[in-house]
Amino acid sequence: MAILGAINPILTVDIEGGNAWRLDDYVKRGGYAALKRIMAEKMPPAQLIEEMKKSGLRGRGGAGFPTGLKWSFMPKDFKGEKYIVCNSDEGEPGTFKDRDILSFNPHSVIEGMVIAAYAVGAVRGYNYIHGEIWEVYKRFEEALDEARAAGFVGKNILGSGFDFELFAHHGYGAYICGEESALLESIEGKKGQPRFKPPFPASVGLYGKPTTINNTETFAAVPFALNMGPQNYLEAGKPNNGGTKLFSVSGHVNRPGNYEVPLGTPFMKLLEMAGGMRGGRKLKACIPGGSSAPVLPAEIISECTMDYDSISKAGSMLGSGAVIVMDETTCMVKALERLSFFYYEESCGQCTPCREGTNWMYKVVHRIETGLGRPEDLDLLGSVTKQIMGRTICALGDAASMPVQSFIKHFRDEFAYHIEHKKCLVPLDVQRSGSGFFKATV
Amino acid sequence: MLDIEIDGKAVQVPPGSTIMDAAELAGTYIPHFCYHKKLSIAANCRMCLVQVEKAPKPLPACATPVTAGMKVFTHSELAVDAQKGVMEFLLINHPLDCPICDQGGECQLQDLAVGYGSSGSRYQEAKRVVFHKEVGPLISMREMTRCIHCTRCVRFGQEIAGVMELGMANRNMHSEIQTFVGRTVDSELSGNMIDLCPVGALTSKPFRYSARTWELARRKSISPHDSLGANLVVQVKQNRVMRVLPRENEDVNECWISDKDRFSYEGLNSEERLTKPMIRVDGSLRQVEWNVALDYVSHALKDVANMQGGESIASLASPHSTLEELYLLQKVTRGLGSGNVDFRPRRREFSADGSVAGIPWLGLRLSEIKELSAALVIGSFLRKDAPLFAQRLRQLARNSGKVSMISVTADDPLINLHARATVAPSELTTVLAEVIKAAGKLKNMPLPAEFEPIDPSVTSRAIAESLVAGEKNAIFLGNVAEQSDSAAQLHRLAQQLANLTGARFGFIGEAANSVGGYVAKALPTALNAYEMFAQPRKAYVLLGIEPELDCHNPQQAVTALKQAALVVMLTPFISEAALEYADVLLPMAPFSETSGTFVNTEGRVQSFNGVVRPLGDSRPGWKILRVLGNLLALPGFEYESSEQVRDELLQSGDEFVSGLDNAIAGVPVLNNAVRTDLQRIADVPIHFADPLVRRAGALQQTRDSVAPTARMCATTLQQIGAADGEPVRVRQGAGDARLTAKLDETVPSGCVRVAAAHASTAGLGDMFGTITVERA
Repeated sequence: MAILGAINPILTVDIEGGNAWRLDDYVKRGGYAALKRIMAEKMPPAQLIEEMKKSGLRGRGGAGFPTGLKWSFMPKDFKGEKYIVCNSDEGEPGTFKDRDILSFNPHSVIEGMVIAAYAVGAVRGYNYIHGEIWEVYKRFEEALDEARAAGFVGKNILGSGFDFELFAHHGYGAYICGEESALLESIEGKKGQPRFKPPFPASVGLYGKPTTINNTETFAAVPFALNMGPQNYLEAGKPNNGGTKLFSVSGHVNRPGNYEVPLGTPFMKLLEMAGGMRGGRKLKACIPGGSSAPVLPAEIISECTMDYDSISKAGSMLGSGAVIVMDETTCMVKALERLSFFYYEESCGQCTPCREGTNWMYKVVHRIETGLGRPEDLDLLGSVTKQIMGRTICALGDAASMPVQSFIKHFRDEFAYHIEHKKCLVPLDVQRSGSGFFKATV
Repeated sequence: MLDIEIDGKAVQVPPGSTIMDAAELAGTYIPHFCYHKKLSIAANCRMCLVQVEKAPKPLPACATPVTAGMKVFTHSELAVDAQKGVMEFLLINHPLDCPICDQGGECQLQDLAVGYGSSGSRYQEAKRVVFHKEVGPLISMREMTRCIHCTRCVRFGQEIAGVMELGMANRNMHSEIQTFVGRTVDSELSGNMIDLCPVGALTSKPFRYSARTWELARRKSISPHDSLGANLVVQVKQNRVMRVLPRENEDVNECWISDKDRFSYEGLNSEERLTKPMIRVDGSLRQVEWNVALDYVSHALKDVANMQGGESIASLASPHSTLEELYLLQKVTRGLGSGNVDFRPRRREFSADGSVAGIPWLGLRLSEIKELSAALVIGSFLRKDAPLFAQRLRQLARNSGKVSMISVTADDPLINLHARATVAPSELTTVLAEVIKAAGKLKNMPLPAEFEPIDPSVTSRAIAESLVAGEKNAIFLGNVAEQSDSAAQLHRLAQQLANLTGARFGFIGEAANSVGGYVAKALPTALNAYEMFAQPRKAYVLLGIEPELDCHNPQQAVTALKQAALVVMLTPFISEAALEYADVLLPMAPFSETSGTFVNTEGRVQSFNGVVRPLGDSRPGWKILRVLGNLLALPGFEYESSEQVRDELLQSGDEFVSGLDNAIAGVPVLNNAVRTDLQRIADVPIHFADPLVRRAGALQQTRDSVAPTARMCATTLQQIGAADGEPVRVRQGAGDARLTAKLDETVPSGCVRVAAAHASTAGLGDMFGTITVERA
């Protein structure tokens, strides 16, 4: 069981037990009620989108874009097929929530996708599942078969005359395929490389057709938000940050795992749910929204509540909800080196600033870590990040730069010490006494 | 129109334009690498980042559409900072080996680095090294470390050449441009990737290390090869052609040229160049001075004319000759009292001569192709016969035009075809008749009774539907259609289909002067190109052709030449075969060493000057014929320049020739006889098509230049009792050739594909005649 704790849960209610993912079990928990109601009432799509807007549901994939608003961008009088795509290419380091949703509550995603398809007028959908979770892919396929057999997916859904076919698609593990337009390229059988935007997928998406792409957790939340009523869902969180969110807590905590809490829950409460700091050590820093989000030092993160607006105000992002906790035994240079290596490795290589810049940043951080740093390196890193940010085709360039900027901003002394003394500020024996969570690559 | 401002300058641009388009209108240069006007937008180099008012980030000019009232700053602090940042990134892993780089002096990266690079690098780490690739004889990929990943070459393959031969493998800084494992780049348009490459990653293999760009004089010329007449820039160093590049002409070749146009210059400097006149004395050819040679020729021709009659002389010219050469050749020939003159050596059937209203041509301008809604190509090895024409049809198909083909082999034209029928050469007329029947039915138009029994196939109906539904359509007859035994029938059927559907129709044309030869009147009033060998003459004058490779029936041609008393060849090259039958060899200047005119397939008059001095004692063809005319005391040979010759035929300054008209008199007669013999399908491989390209070293090493094989489908192979890869003997008339049998399912059953224009098949007969194959 991977959902380790919850406060007023919505998505993960009663999903304990080996058969919770089955259709029967989901229906018993009230599943497909929202779809049935919409189909029976023949609810106008515009009204459905309006309800989604009211619910305050924001994209759970990382950017936090309001879901209802995104749906409303789909052209209404488009002649030809429109598509719905679910982004289950969960590759952001620290994030492991979609995997559990697909494993334990796949029908909520299917139902959410069918409802979304109805709202935007799509006839076909794809769920793009990360390449390294084969078992989850197989389970989703099985759930899909059940839904198809029960008439929730396919032709003439629940006798309403609405047709929607849904397919699972299995990726091969490139981080960049989690970027929505690279994901579309990948479904089309091409090399996973982001497209230049505009045009956005809502006008030119999969196979050149209007496409709505949402994260797995977003789709999973849709039926619940509708069942509760948009107002109740909104109130489950806080204004402009509706509902609950799954947080993947990892790092130096006693019970790393997924936790569902209402948006606006204090960080310290979440940390407490995760069993507190491992070995009772002191909190040093936390990356609150996946590896792309700027790191926040203990004194700032301790004051935050876990919602889009609060974390944003603190100078970071809620992102995908991956909370990476670091204790006092962590060498921040080593931690950044590992992150920079990841982005260097995963840059698709298409556009110049990211291809060359991620490589440069990693090499400089690596140099500092191995004791070959130079005094000018910190300014050089700052300058390189500025030359990347905002100048690339997709957000990977920014994602690679933000850790570098924030680590140096908050822990500059530690970097300067490394350069000057050619060793870590945190003594090696202290580092070894910790969990060794961030291992240097060399 | 939208009003916008670029660097404070007001510009009006059409909606849908990008900032890059607008900047071009405003005359503002925005630095770029990956952007190319003929390719899709990639926006990956980021060099064209500019500042746009109200945009928080710099935006790529190539990909950002303009909006009304937009204010763009291309030189603001933000823009220049972004551009400099990109330049720094581009250079950190670049080897900076300009002094030993072939691109040095004509490198976009080098040029822009002057403006946006800094004098030193902050990058102190080890640079990336990219392993070199071997991709064939034309493109060198030895220094791929220089690549800046702009993907122009990749997009060119996907979009223009129609085949993605290069791709970007791997990710991050380990991205590399490469072919699919172990493959070579074989597109007939591949050389354009060298032009497109903004750095020295893709360079020309034949040209490498032979000259620096600033040492080269640039001279305009016209390609002497296919019927398109691609415009060229010929680059010359010390009176030697070092390189050929495209000269942009949107109406003709856009900014592309085929590899044949680009690399055939190697033949100009071939060791087989004839540099002195030669006369056969006591059985062997000896070098002589020009006056001796021309005296000899004029006396010998006069003797034949006086003793045997003018009709015992025949003249045959290559359709790659200039307008002036063709005109003077026919003038000399007719002056000698002979009507045996022709410039169409690969044709078999000439019954349309005299029935056509004017000069056969493409039937529309090349620039109109993009406006077509449907096109039908009949009897063509399209990609190899007319690479850039094929490219235009490829773009048409990409833009939802419907392109169909009726052809004799199912070669891949790399065009997204609407419908395709592949049949034996003798059945081209049958399929065309089917399409006419189907079109007649769709249009509710009555057809002659003989169409009654025809039952159109699904394919024929699909072709007819596209031609009936489209607003502007065209039907094109290719080289096979013109060279086949039923050329006139196909011409009449195409006309009938065109009349029925309102389509234009015309001929793609085989060579640089396939239209010009008609303008020059180099046409027979007695024996045509085929008959002059079928009924052997006493004397032959050959202009720029090698009959054993360039004639429809080389066996017959060579037999006739061997029995003749006099064979005079005006040729830039000497060959083994010529040594056997030629009595006089006159060294004629190739296109690069003479002035002249080509009239391309759309009737466009393209005159050019020589770009280098004639090699050795070579002389321009028009001058040789002019002096010969004088020596023969013929009237009207007082020309002082090639322009005077041209102006006798054309109004000076005409862009297009007049009198173009494909209309043919007479109705097609349907031939229902079913052929049961084994038919030969003779393609003319792209790099064997004319004497010049046959001597271009690098082109001869490409995959398009492999020696002919006997290609058959499995059924035919089985009938013959041969297996794939086995040696076979193919026979036509008295001649034979030993070839390798090859399984090729693109060849229709009952046919054997044996290429023409190659020494190994020069002993064979008609290009589309009966052939026998037996195990050797």
